Amino acid sequence: LSLRAVNSSRSAFASFLFAPLFFQRYEAGDTQPDRELFRCKVLMKSFLGIFRSLPSLEKTVGKCLILLKPQASRLVVQLHCKYGECRWGHGCGDTRWHRASSPAELVPSLPGVTKTHNLAFQECERLQAVFDTQRCASSLCAPARVLAEAVVHFPPTLAEVTLGAGPGGKISLRNYVEDEAERSKTMVTELCLAEDEFQTVAVAPGSHITFCLKEFRGLLTFAEASNLPLTIHYDMPGRPVIFTLDDAVLEVHLVLATLSDMESNLQPPTTNGVSHLPAPSDDFTDDLESYMIAMETSAYEEGSGVPPSPTFPLRTPCPAESDPEEEEEEEEEGAVPGTPPHKKFRSLFFGSVLTPGGPGLAPTQEVLAEDSDGEY
Amino acid sequence: MRFRAKIVDLACLNHFSRVINTIAKLAKTCTLRLTDSKLYFILSDKVANGGVSMWCELCQGNFFDEFQMEGVAAEHNEIYLELVPENLSRALKTAQSAKAVKIKLTNKHCPCLRVAVELPSLSSSSRIVTHDIPVGVIPRRLWNDFREPSVPDFDVSIYLPVLKTMKSVVERMKNLSNSVVIEANLSGEMNLKIETDLVSVTTHFKDLGNPPWASEDGCQSSAQGRDLESMAEARIDIKKLQQLLARQQVNPTKALCNIVSKRIVHFVLLHEDVSLQYFIPALA
Repeated sequence: LSLRAVNSSRSAFASFLFAPLFFQRYEAGDTQPDRELFRCKVLMKSFLGIFRSLPSLEKTVGKCLILLKPQASRLVVQLHCKYGECRWGHGCGDTRWHRASSPAELVPSLPGVTKTHNLAFQECERLQAVFDTQRCASSLCAPARVLAEAVVHFPPTLAEVTLGAGPGGKISLRNYVEDEAERSKTMVTELCLAEDEFQTVAVAPGSHITFCLKEFRGLLTFAEASNLPLTIHYDMPGRPVIFTLDDAVLEVHLVLATLSDMESNLQPPTTNGVSHLPAPSDDFTDDLESYMIAMETSAYEEGSGVPPSPTFPLRTPCPAESDPEEEEEEEEEGAVPGTPPHKKFRSLFFGSVLTPGGPGLAPTQEVLAEDSDGEY
Repeated sequence: MRFRAKIVDLACLNHFSRVINTIAKLAKTCTLRLTDSKLYFILSDKVANGGVSMWCELCQGNFFDEFQMEGVAAEHNEIYLELVPENLSRALKTAQSAKAVKIKLTNKHCPCLRVAVELPSLSSSSRIVTHDIPVGVIPRRLWNDFREPSVPDFDVSIYLPVLKTMKSVVERMKNLSNSVVIEANLSGEMNLKIETDLVSVTTHFKDLGNPPWASEDGCQSSAQGRDLESMAEARIDIKKLQQLLARQQVNPTKALCNIVSKRIVHFVLLHEDVSLQYFIPALA
């Protein structure tokens, strides 16, 4: 089972891959060998609404059943409740006076009651970010707790943070301040972690990478809760940073676009033996631009050619998803607008990609995947 | 001009953090004055502050294990810095379990107060978090702007009621009105009054006691010879009063206010090692 999401500015992509063993029971349904894997997208808000209050869910729900009804275009989520606790019949476990915070809670959780949610889904194209952890020059692995303790020193509203490999094997995290004018007014916080706080350290000395902290925090919360070590793969500034969590039955990837160095020259990515070899383009030699993650759809898989651009990671086979039982049944969250990225950050990754003289989407706009439908 | 200081004791650090948190809520930007024995957080009564001014004084020996400073010149052994106290508050926020906190005045790209927090870690070396807080150095010719305010010639001086009670009263009143009238007399009675088109609310406090101010040169202050029952009053911005009361996490040793009728209310909160004076002008 694969769950994926991308943010509206296409600068962050997350993928959760569950092996069948993760579940108590897993039935793939019939799939003919030549039939395409089923993919759909569901409105994030509706889906999240079902799982709204985790503490009360843990108390009241015994089993959760997820099933797909393709004929009815419905994704069904059934919560089998053990017992209800909220005296106002909300089924949320909160004994203080309150109102229901989501429609899901209006149905009381009485013993033996099953709450069924029917979510409309839409079939959609494959959502896949192109990334390759093997091609990253640097990687670090640390227990989630260490990284969570590091990140707590930064204000919750901070947009970007720079991770760096400093002298003496120290790994540093520093808040990123955008321009010179801000620097004389903004407090700069830097945290140094010793090499031995990490499980593995394989970093290029002096390397650094700047990415959005807010999106990383989300993954960190999950990693801490599941007590999994977190691996960070990064390469040169501008190339995406990849965070992974690995478990016997779960594989998680978070891919974030990074700020490209103003001082560094634009390096065309080296070829890696893939059939598509883009011709270098002059459109993106602006050093100030940041890279967006290349998205591809099945339309491009036929070899219509990756638009010429040296700035995007080339299509490579994804080595990370090697689970043989993957993707028998997929659900996808499309580009549904969730929390929009911080305004400043957004302009970094969107506006600056426009070619000069064109306010709208230029032909060489680097979103390789069109939204299969408009935004909700 | 040099400044370095270090706090090692956790209790001192917590206490210092609480003081900074209070200052941060009262002033967006303020002046930090350093002498070899004291720290002062000063807000002078500019129009931008709504006429409010603040004077907070700490004895460095009660907080710091090490404290060294060298002022601008030998005969003016002081440093005046302009800073945003919220930054300092944030820097100290996650230092609650620190092994040591060092503060140093540096000048890399611009003058900064560098707060270095040494945190315990499971590895062989400690974790160090540094916060570079940009500061402005205030030149000596402007130091006169930051002199200690004198105690006004008040009409009534009275001890405040228990701050927690006063705070909850003011917080509820804040929902109903933008201004509140503080009135008090020399018989230990104080009233907080709000009045709107729809409602008027008065909270009465009694038996508060009046501090015995010894007049410095023996002459009569306007408080003496005053009718004990007669109320001195001032109408002030309720939000400013609420801000002052909101952050009092530790009950002060002494809390009092001096009212100059229709002019200004001078609040004095004294803790063991910190004194805070806050002036709220009366509204027209």
